Amino acid sequence: MGNGSFSRWHFEKRETTSNLVLVMVPVLSVVIGLIFTGLFIALTGKDPLEVYLLMFDGAFGSAYGISETIVKSIPLLICALGLSIAFRMQLWNIGAEGQLYMGAFGATWAALTFPDWPAYQLLPAMMVAGFLAGGLWGLLPAIPRAYFKVNETITTLLMNYIAILWVDYLVVGPWKDPKSFNFPISPQFTEGAILPTLGTSRIHMGLVFGVVVALLLYIVLNYTRWGFEIRVSGESPAAARYAGMNYVKNILLVMFISGGLAGLAGMTEVSAITQRLQHGISPGYGYSAIIIAWLARLHPAAIVLVSVIFGGMLVGGYSIQTSGFSSTTVSMLQGAILFFVVGGEIFVNYRLVRGEKGGK
Amino acid sequence: MVEMINITKRFPGILANDRVSFSVKAGEIHALLGENGAGKSTLMSILTGLYRPDEGEIRIQGNPVDLQSPRDAVAHGIGMVHQHFKLVKPFTVAENIILGLKGIKEVYNLKSIDESVAQLSREYGLHIQPDSPIWQLSVGEQQRAEIVKILFRGAEILILDEPTAVLTPQEAKDLYKTLRKMADLGKAIIVISHKLSEVLAHTDAITVLRGGRSVGTVRTKETSEMELTRMMVGRPVMLETVKNPVNRSSKVLELHNLSALGNRGQFALKEINLDIYGGEIVGIAGVAGNGQRELAEVVAGLRAIERGQKKVDGNDLTLASPKQMIQAGVSYVPEDRLGTGLVPNLNAMENYLLKGVQKMPSGFINWKQVAQETAEVIKKYDIKVPNPKNPVKMLSGGNLQKLLLGREISGKPRLIVTMYPMRGLDVGAMETIRSLLLQERDRGAAVLLISEELEELFALSDRLAVLHGGEVMGVVDPHKTTFEDVGLMMAGKRMAAHG
Ligand SMILES: Nc1ncnc2c1ncn2[C@@H]1O[C@H](COP(=O)(O)OP(=O)(O)OP(=O)(O)O)[C@@H](O)[C@H]1O
Ligand SMILES: [Mg+2]
Repeated sequence: MGNGSFSRWHFEKRETTSNLVLVMVPVLSVVIGLIFTGLFIALTGKDPLEVYLLMFDGAFGSAYGISETIVKSIPLLICALGLSIAFRMQLWNIGAEGQLYMGAFGATWAALTFPDWPAYQLLPAMMVAGFLAGGLWGLLPAIPRAYFKVNETITTLLMNYIAILWVDYLVVGPWKDPKSFNFPISPQFTEGAILPTLGTSRIHMGLVFGVVVALLLYIVLNYTRWGFEIRVSGESPAAARYAGMNYVKNILLVMFISGGLAGLAGMTEVSAITQRLQHGISPGYGYSAIIIAWLARLHPAAIVLVSVIFGGMLVGGYSIQTSGFSSTTVSMLQGAILFFVVGGEIFVNYRLVRGEKGGK
Repeated sequence: MVEMINITKRFPGILANDRVSFSVKAGEIHALLGENGAGKSTLMSILTGLYRPDEGEIRIQGNPVDLQSPRDAVAHGIGMVHQHFKLVKPFTVAENIILGLKGIKEVYNLKSIDESVAQLSREYGLHIQPDSPIWQLSVGEQQRAEIVKILFRGAEILILDEPTAVLTPQEAKDLYKTLRKMADLGKAIIVISHKLSEVLAHTDAITVLRGGRSVGTVRTKETSEMELTRMMVGRPVMLETVKNPVNRSSKVLELHNLSALGNRGQFALKEINLDIYGGEIVGIAGVAGNGQRELAEVVAGLRAIERGQKKVDGNDLTLASPKQMIQAGVSYVPEDRLGTGLVPNLNAMENYLLKGVQKMPSGFINWKQVAQETAEVIKKYDIKVPNPKNPVKMLSGGNLQKLLLGREISGKPRLIVTMYPMRGLDVGAMETIRSLLLQERDRGAAVLLISEELEELFALSDRLAVLHGGEVMGVVDPHKTTFEDVGLMMAGKRMAAHG
């Protein structure tokens, strides 16, 4: 057998992975994602650099831009934190979008059922209802996963469509505002159902939720028994069972919490932003959150940072629309980044080496 | 045929190979000996292109070569049977052999491959059916499938990393017969092993590594167990186990008419009756696959009991979960170290915590304390952990084993269930583990020792139960029984209990 003529570049397994690599892979994926998308922008005859600058300016160039960026990053942050718990256990929850919608549904139910309650009662009730509704939506696909090993990637994904259509049904049917002139929206929430904001800006209390959840998560994952169990279960189910951890219970619990946090994000959106239930409350926060969690390597602090960047991307996307660009540029950019991040994983375990061909 | 000259390989925190020179001739079986963590696997991984040396040169038939990948090594006729086999379970032997073969063009003919596999297997006495799926094969057969795979790829230099650790004594003998045949046909064979007696009986030359350095190469004919031990450890080692008279206390484990199912739904344990007392070691002898694993899992709470009863210290724990068994003081060293007993991607500290975490009352983890306790275990059992922050999959085979055992013994358990505890350990470590198990017994713990090595069972056990086809053939006193009697029982003969 000859040694053939394989290429001069090849992958070699890394013996260890340095922290630098762990940071560089996501950063480079973003850069390459920007270049890749830039090529397409260039194809349309525009200058990609100009477009990106415009986006950046829209997102971070003014007080208004920054506040909008933060507003958008809140649901992203809360969803991504929830997803990171599931991902850590290697449960591929793709259903944050649907769980967010169910959370919005739960919160709206509380808001419409107890319209006369004061904020200090109604807001907690909405939070609990939103968390429960999202959590149950996450729990549902976890049951067949835990007991019959039914792949959760597909079930969570498909359940997104059910949740979105369910909310659509509510706002054109039973919960339609009689005064809405046939618009598919629920009645406006009463005062007690609306989250307080920072001054006159649109930045709302949800930001506090997100930061608190990130902190809690950091502590739970690193310093508690349960967090440790999640890590072990994700790494090796057999070892988890061996060590007396309840693998099945942890699947159910993790998916419930993961869904519950997405539900909480749904609550903040209807309570603070739309202030009623309506069609299309999320432009795909639940999907973007998957990319965020992944880019941040599931680290809570990194998730905060990446969420703000992604919030900025969304706001930047809206602001280039005024200059005649489609905001789907942003979807494409996100898609490209995800693609390169996942592809870049190989560099975490392997390195590319170049050398003379092995052999004679 | 192969020469490795002044090979140096550094890992973060450790010099795994330090200017090692090593050469093997055609027609020779060459053993590589050394303590756990001496650098044997690393040196061989360099020869198979898995790692690149930091310094040094490899020559094959006098020509310097640069092995950048396992594929390069295969191209130079080097093949390795790893300690953990690399076969695809649902595929047949023949399919596994063609997987990843570059030489095979678009059209390949499974029939002709079947034929050449059958021929290779006849030629070397490997007894392997090309069309049987891997998952149906025993460990010994899987190993032979690996060997055929390597031969098929034209290997002239064969490396086997601790091949006999997982074999029965008979299988090990057959393996060496096969290896001898290959050597006689002009191939060069390198075997890593910790078993001095088999190395002395079956090899031509021996190279000893210690702490990453080569201590020297000797002709097998001209050396002795004593000399080899001295070369490996640097001082003579006492190989005598001092055993105090048994001092039984109360019953710790009781199994009553216990039956359980195996993985394929058949009864793997049938009507087992066995009691183990505090302060004694009960050995379980038997050919692998006769219910040993199921027995261990049932006791650890990892396998459901179909019929019968299980008690620990008088409490009925028939339906107990693994967690309840741990809380009852049952520790378990499973056969599958990396993946069940230890989590490959977690570090030594985290792996040490694996079970202890259940006992943390507050639910919060005190990492400082964990680090301290881990450091103590590492020191006490002389475990070579170059960096406690590295994932444990980077530890050498024997050190993994020591870490696992150290953890399982550290909690002062009532009952220790251990499967093949000496597998992959060097002489010194084996001695340590032996005296550890005896110490635990003298402390009052009950020990259930599952092993395939009769010598080990006879040396350590106070009573010996023999399993065959999921049934206990008898419980005997090792001091009043012969190897032959136990051998007969292992083959299915019943004996009156007298223990
Ligand atoms: N990929 C790696 N990264 C870091 N350190 C490593 C790596 N592989 C091995 N080591 C370290 O190098 C040393 C030598 O390991 P090696 O596996 O070669 O030992 P060994 O002689 O095969 O021992 P054993 O008999 O226990 O299998 C050990 O201390 C081990 O922890
Ligand atoms: Mg080794």
